[in-house]
This record gives sequence, structure tokens and C-alpha cells, in this order.
Amino acid sequence: MKSFVYLKNVATLSLDREKCVGCGMCLTVCPHAVWIMDNNRVRIGDLDQCMECGACQINCPVQAIKVETGVGCAAAVINSILPWAGSGCCSLDSPINGGQRVAAD
Amino acid sequence: MDPFTQAFVVGGVATRAGRIPQVLSVLGSQDRWGGIKARWGVGRMDYLVEPGLYALNSPDETSPVLVTANYKLTFDKLRSALGGLNAWILVLETYGINVWCAAGKGTFGTEELAARIGSTGLAEVASHREVILPQLGAPGVAAFQVKKLTGFKAVYGPILAQDLPRFLAAGNRADDGMRRRSFPLGERLVLIPIELVSALKFLLPAGLIMLLIAGLFGPQGFWADALRYGLFSIVALLGAVFAGAVALPLLLPWLPGRAFAVKGAAAGAVAALVLAVTLRIIRVGLLDSVRLETAAWMVLVPALASFLGMNFTGSSTYTSLSGVRKEMRWAVPFQVLTGVAGLALWFCSWLAV
Repeated sequence: MKSFVYLKNVATLSLDREKCVGCGMCLTVCPHAVWIMDNNRVRIGDLDQCMECGACQINCPVQAIKVETGVGCAAAVINSILPWAGSGCCSLDSPINGGQRVAAD
Repeated sequence: MDPFTQAFVVGGVATRAGRIPQVLSVLGSQDRWGGIKARWGVGRMDYLVEPGLYALNSPDETSPVLVTANYKLTFDKLRSALGGLNAWILVLETYGINVWCAAGKGTFGTEELAARIGSTGLAEVASHREVILPQLGAPGVAAFQVKKLTGFKAVYGPILAQDLPRFLAAGNRADDGMRRRSFPLGERLVLIPIELVSALKFLLPAGLIMLLIAGLFGPQGFWADALRYGLFSIVALLGAVFAGAVALPLLLPWLPGRAFAVKGAAAGAVAALVLAVTLRIIRVGLLDSVRLETAAWMVLVPALASFLGMNFTGSSTYTSLSGVRKEMRWAVPFQVLTGVAGLALWFCSWLAV
């Protein structure tokens, strides 16, 4: 089955190719095969497959990857606007750890 | 809580770090019933496993260590996928949330993993220095830091627990298919119950309120109007729920548009057409009133289905926050405007009687 594609040209993923050491960790953790190894350094293959989960960013040992991470969840966005706090999965700010890792505005 | 008191713990395995609770890969009827309830949203937020180390079947010091979340559905999926294999299962405290969502929040994270490796005495239980993480735990765990903090090498296993036996047999190697997150029909199907429950939770009361409003403010007597307009409102709302919570997950790849709000509106438009035909049949004569009532539902049902569809982004496996925000910037105003317009038409249909 062909893979799903969400909205085009929205992902905030970027790579500093100079820093890349070619360890390939981003290829391992990416659930949507965004990365391609090219001459011992990675490059972004298909940006539109990126869901901004942040797996590559946190697992990059040289901080070559930047992405505004978050959950692609409309309920979470709504809950972040409503006066009461969302609970469990459907929140941008986690009540458990203060949501440091999750972008919210 | 004492982990040994949990119903699915069948005994203990003696290790240098003490007696470790033992579980089997065969699920009991309680496990299966609990799983069904969780899928329908019953007790889903406190369907928990006590965090810590568990022995799956009869592991020894050389057995692999598999890390997972303390959502019981996740834990059960892992152990049942492993068949007769012997392994250690390290359950992290994720507050009953699955691996992927918990990793996104950082609770399935580097700190918790390092602390749990320490508190369980894993270094005394296992003679090797390797833990296998689910790939979808990666948004929360920096593998290279785990090594620095604990001495354990964190290896990313496959996305699905069902691929673990093949991964382990291949010497901890995943093929490309194991690393790709798809969203096949079966996985979309099991999400329908929870989508239905959360949609009906607010649309059934809405239907009852509309029935009451129709009865109180309708052109004829309370019961005549409640039955005529109110009952159809409930049918129409159920049509919107069916479109947004059943048809959308099922037909996701084939519905038009990339935005989930568009896919939902499309499914809702089909439901609205069916409802319009139904109205044409059950309402005698093509009066202005029936035309307005039909128009009302032609607008309201797609609006509601669009909203429900938009909310399915959180259950899907490929949407980004940037994309969801972009979609919501136009979709929410569209849903509110069409919703209000639809309700106005619904009221007006009585004036034309």
C-alpha cells in the first residue's frame, strides 16, 4: 500500500549537513523514512513525510537536526486553547513533566 | 503497589537482584476483556501495569531486555507477540499512556529509562549490557545518553511488537519494513470504537437538546414537533457520527483531500445526501419548510463530520503538529460558520410551515 501523505511543505525539519557525522541514527529511528544517506552524510529525502515526532533530533549525537516537535493532534491543539487543561494524550503540555519537550503556543 | 499482587503475574523468578515477577505470553480472559474495554474507552486512563522489571516465561541472565510502557494494552501486546521466547520486560512509568504518545511527552524518556534500569537492579539480573527499545520510543529517548548514564547500550527494535521474534532471530536487526510506520486497515478498524464513544459522548446529548428545543419552539405541539424534527435530528447526528468516526477511519486513503477536515466533510456530504433523500421520502410534499430542513442538514452534517475527521489526526500515524495547525486555521472557522448557518436554517424551517 502506498504511504499516506499529509499536508505539503509544512514540516519544520531542518538539517545542518556540516555537522552530520553519518552515524545513521536518524535513519534508524525515523518511522517515515524521511532521511537518505548520501556520501556518508544524511540529507532530507522526503520532507512531506515528516510528522515532527522529534525522534531524529533527540537521537542525533551532534545536534545536527532541528525540528519543532509536537503531536499532530487537533484535540490537543483545542485543549491547549480551552481554559481547562487537557489530560492524557490529548494535550500539548504534559501535566506530568511540564511539557518541556512539546511545543505549545 | 506490590507487582506480585497483579492478576497476570503467575509467579516469580529468582535473580541476584531478588525475586522478579513472572508473566506468560498467553493472555488470560481477564487480559482480553480488559483490552476490549480499553478499546471502548472504559477505564482506559487507568489500565496500568506496575512499573518495574518482569520475567517473561523463564529468562536467564543472557535473555534480551525489552523496554515498554505501563499501559496494560501495550504490555499485553508485547508479551503475547513473543510466543514462547524468554525475555526480561522493563516497564517504564508512562502513567498508562502508550509508548509513542508517552515518548512524545517525554515520560517514556531517557531519564525514566536510566532511573528504572538503576532501581530494578538490571545490571545484576542481566549479564549483558543491552536494552531493546521500541522504535516509537525514540522521540523520548536519546540512545547515546542512555549508554553514558547507565552503561547499557540502547538498541532500537522494530515498531511493532509482532516483528520482535524476527528481529531477535536476525541478531537484533530490523529490515526496512519493520522501521516504517504504516496505517493499514486493521489498525484503523480497532480505533473505531473509541472514536465512536468520544463522538457520541457530546453528540447524543446535543441530539436530545435539539429534540427538546424542537418540542418547545416548534410550530405545533410539543410531542408532534419533538417527534417530527427532534427525532430526525438524532438520526442526522448519528449520520454525522457514522461519517466522521466510522467511514473516515475505514476509507481514509480513498477520501478526497489531504486535510482530515476535508476528508471528514466529504464523508459527511455523502451522509447528508442520504439524509436528504430520506427526508424527501418521509416528509409529505416538497414544502419550503422541508426544503429548509433539508438544507440545514446538508450543511450541518458535513460540518460535524469535518470536525470529527479533524480530530482523527491525533489517532493517525502520520500527521504533524505544523500540519494540524495549518489545517485548523481555516477548518475551525469553516466548521463554526457552517454549523451556525445550519442551526439557523433548522430554526427557520419551522417559520416556513
